[in-house]
Amino acid sequence: MQIHVEVNGRTQTFEAMPGESLLSLLRREGYLSVKRGCEEGDCGACTILLDGRSVRACLLLAAQAEGRRITTVEGLGSIERPHPLQQAFVDAGAVQCGFCTPGMILSAKALLDETPRPDEGQVREALDGNLCRCTGYKKIIEAVLLAAQRMKP
Amino acid sequence: MTKPKSFRVVGKPVAKKDAPALALGAPLFCADRVPPRCLVGRILGSPHAHARIRAIDISAAEKLPGVHAVLCHTNVPRVMRTTAGQGAPEPSPYDFTTFDAKVRFVGDRVAAVAAETAAIAEEALRAIRVEYEVLEPVLDPRQAMKSGAPVIHDEPDAHAVIPVPYEPQRNLASHVDTMVGEPDRAFREADIVLEGEFVTPYAQHTPIETHCCLAEPLLDGRLRLTTSTQVPFHARRIVAQALELPVSRIHVVKPRIGGGFGAKQEVLIEDVAALLAQRSGRPVYLELSRREEFVSSRTRHSMVVGLKIGAQKNGELAAVDLRVLSNTGAYGSHALTVSCNCGSKVLPLYRWPHIRFTADAVYTNLPVAGAYRGYGATQAAFAMESLMDELARRLGCDPIELRLRHAIRKGETSPIFRALGEGSEGVEQSIGSTGLERCLKLGARAIGWKKKWGNARWHAPQGALRRGIGMCALMQGSSIPQVDMGGAFLKLNEDGSFNLLVGATDLGTGSDTVLAQVAAEVLGVNVEQIVVTSSDTDLTPFDVGAYASSTTYLSGMAVRKAAENAAAQIRKVAARLLSAKASEIRLENGSAVAPGGKSVTLARVACHSLYEHDQHQIAGFASHISEKSPPPFSAHFAEVVVDTETGLVKVEKYVAAVDCGTAINPQLAEGQTEGAVLNGISYALCEEYLFTEQGRMRNDSFREYKIFCTRDVPQLTTILVPTYEPTGPFGAKSVSEIGINGPMPAISNAIFDAVGVRLRQAPFTPERVLEALRRG
Ligand code: FES
Ligand code: FES
Repeated sequence: MQIHVEVNGRTQTFEAMPGESLLSLLRREGYLSVKRGCEEGDCGACTILLDGRSVRACLLLAAQAEGRRITTVEGLGSIERPHPLQQAFVDAGAVQCGFCTPGMILSAKALLDETPRPDEGQVREALDGNLCRCTGYKKIIEAVLLAAQRMKP
Repeated sequence: MTKPKSFRVVGKPVAKKDAPALALGAPLFCADRVPPRCLVGRILGSPHAHARIRAIDISAAEKLPGVHAVLCHTNVPRVMRTTAGQGAPEPSPYDFTTFDAKVRFVGDRVAAVAAETAAIAEEALRAIRVEYEVLEPVLDPRQAMKSGAPVIHDEPDAHAVIPVPYEPQRNLASHVDTMVGEPDRAFREADIVLEGEFVTPYAQHTPIETHCCLAEPLLDGRLRLTTSTQVPFHARRIVAQALELPVSRIHVVKPRIGGGFGAKQEVLIEDVAALLAQRSGRPVYLELSRREEFVSSRTRHSMVVGLKIGAQKNGELAAVDLRVLSNTGAYGSHALTVSCNCGSKVLPLYRWPHIRFTADAVYTNLPVAGAYRGYGATQAAFAMESLMDELARRLGCDPIELRLRHAIRKGETSPIFRALGEGSEGVEQSIGSTGLERCLKLGARAIGWKKKWGNARWHAPQGALRRGIGMCALMQGSSIPQVDMGGAFLKLNEDGSFNLLVGATDLGTGSDTVLAQVAAEVLGVNVEQIVVTSSDTDLTPFDVGAYASSTTYLSGMAVRKAAENAAAQIRKVAARLLSAKASEIRLENGSAVAPGGKSVTLARVACHSLYEHDQHQIAGFASHISEKSPPPFSAHFAEVVVDTETGLVKVEKYVAAVDCGTAINPQLAEGQTEGAVLNGISYALCEEYLFTEQGRMRNDSFREYKIFCTRDVPQLTTILVPTYEPTGPFGAKSVSEIGINGPMPAISNAIFDAVGVRLRQAPFTPERVLEALRRG
């Protein structure tokens, strides 16, 4: 089945297999920042932005993305010009193994797009569906607050 | 080694080398490297906890179009071994083979397939016909050694490879006992004797990336395994053993990996992936689902820890008796060494004159235990630090004072160091550095201990809520002495940069960065000048891998020595260029500097040595073996609120003060501590495997097996207390494991402080708290 989507600003046509999850399709198409941690919607490693809202790609069928706008971490920044969230994660020491990082950054982006100056409670709330077993979350929360501060208009 | 006056790179919060790429979502993990048209591997797990496979028919599966290999016990050679990634010969029993005619827990391997798609692979699994003879399972570790209990390892070829007690016919996977002095007499003569039984649950590491491995047949007949492992060299050896191939035929590469925490010190699925690739002649990618990860990877040994301590009224310690019953599950991976660690990482903390320590690890038909951050110290520290709290209360003294008075000091030794090794005698050592006293003091200050401890006003009830405060002291080790070895190789390039090749394994801990800092410090360059290649068995020197809190301490020392070796060669070339004495040349800011201030860049030195005169490669190589295992020390403090109506325990504040020697990278050391502490709090409050009466795990998903998320994090303070360990690189010890041991006792002690009941069975769920309150 053909799926038409916009991924990271580019219009794409993908061939999805019947019953295929959006996670599987995106990874097959090379968006490898979208991680697979449980495939049951519980870990947040597969978080993407769908029309700007953070969703779990493993819970969606590829077909549900038809005509919609997807953002993955690949679309945020580059090594020369990282997104402020990416830079803040590096600076705050919020990246240990890095497996949860893309999902965390996208959940944080969805938050900052809506609420540019969140308090700590709002950050915790926004990242609550993203599991991390390495960091204890402290530096992740700090990174999001740091990015918010740096992104101040 | 003596302490240098100041450091340039060590002790600085240098950014983690791989962090920028990881933050960009770069394809650096195993699953990201799967080539096109790679086959998909799948494993068939047993539905029974204990059964014999009477017959297995794989012919229908083999005939399915798109299926390229089917493995089971009838077509895979039987090689008894262990999955534990330890130094050889391993202290874990050889009670495992790739596929057996018997299954010993729900989820135990029965067969495996490789197929063109996941759907075909799953269809193939369904097409495998297995006839089981269901046997009575052993699910209670206390019943396992009773006479008449079903024997789990009745196969005649299960055996221990080192001379240690091993009696599979009694379901005994390992036994340790050791005694110092006359504990019985000392207990009789003690004024106070306290005793308790502490129960810890089955729990899991749950790395967010499950176990996964890509196996690729190479054109020269070798096999390349790209695998999420903590132990690439042990993985190479063990896969070679399983496939009956020389190690030269196996190439193991560890890419970035999504967490390990001990779970990936196990060579768990590499054997299956390798066999599937070998049989099919195609690349095969095998990844455990989250449910498989829960059920069939590894867990923390569930334990019943019996502890008795004796003291005099004046507070003197008299004796300790520690009895461990460890449930190793269906296989004895790490059974012996984890139970040894219960004694060796907990008993030396206080100066007990008389000691008895016994530990049995028993087989049951439950999921398999293994290495998990803390490695036995976690379970035993719960018991010890709880009873020390009780002792302080009996003596009417501040629990901090009790620890200060009895903790081992610099220059002192413990008879336990010599008595307890890894299945053999241990190694005598004296304490070269300890910051425990400062940890206790700084931690107490940070949590406001003086204002809160014993203060009735602070404790005043608010409705159903009660406040409490508790603490504990901890020690761990740094590497396995006279066993662990790490190697490092370093070469100079034309631009003054270096390639550092290490066997050491970065699990996300940041060890690549830490090791680069060590090299940069010696060579007088920036970390950016050190290009690190690690964990590739074809390219890098050997290293035992990332376990036993060894990488910074042990591999760091190998790097330091290799760098010093290269530095000496640089000085020699520079001496010629600067007409100075080699011994007087200093390396700083990317240059070699002679006493008068004349200097030459390392780039110039490199080009001279590569192209101009007496051409040679400036390169340093060293390996290091640790002679001791210097303990890091730590003090933890917890402030809790207990809701006496719901039983809910909320940790409000948590302080961990840790002495890891010199923190080579303070930000990473903090991160290690925060991660370990939060995992420990989560373990203390909510993590626990639940089983059906048939031994099947009931809560095998993150929805049912809850781990802490952002909303649950208490206010967490980490304090690094610097000391200088003379045997470590630039004074470093270890930091990765110790932090996980504190929360269970610190929170239990705080709960007692709040509501006056002792919780001796973890996790401290609302039901358990309410039950304890009812009993009073
Ligand atoms: S993989 Fe989608 S939530 Fe875990
Ligand atoms: S950094 Fe490893 S899971 Fe978050």
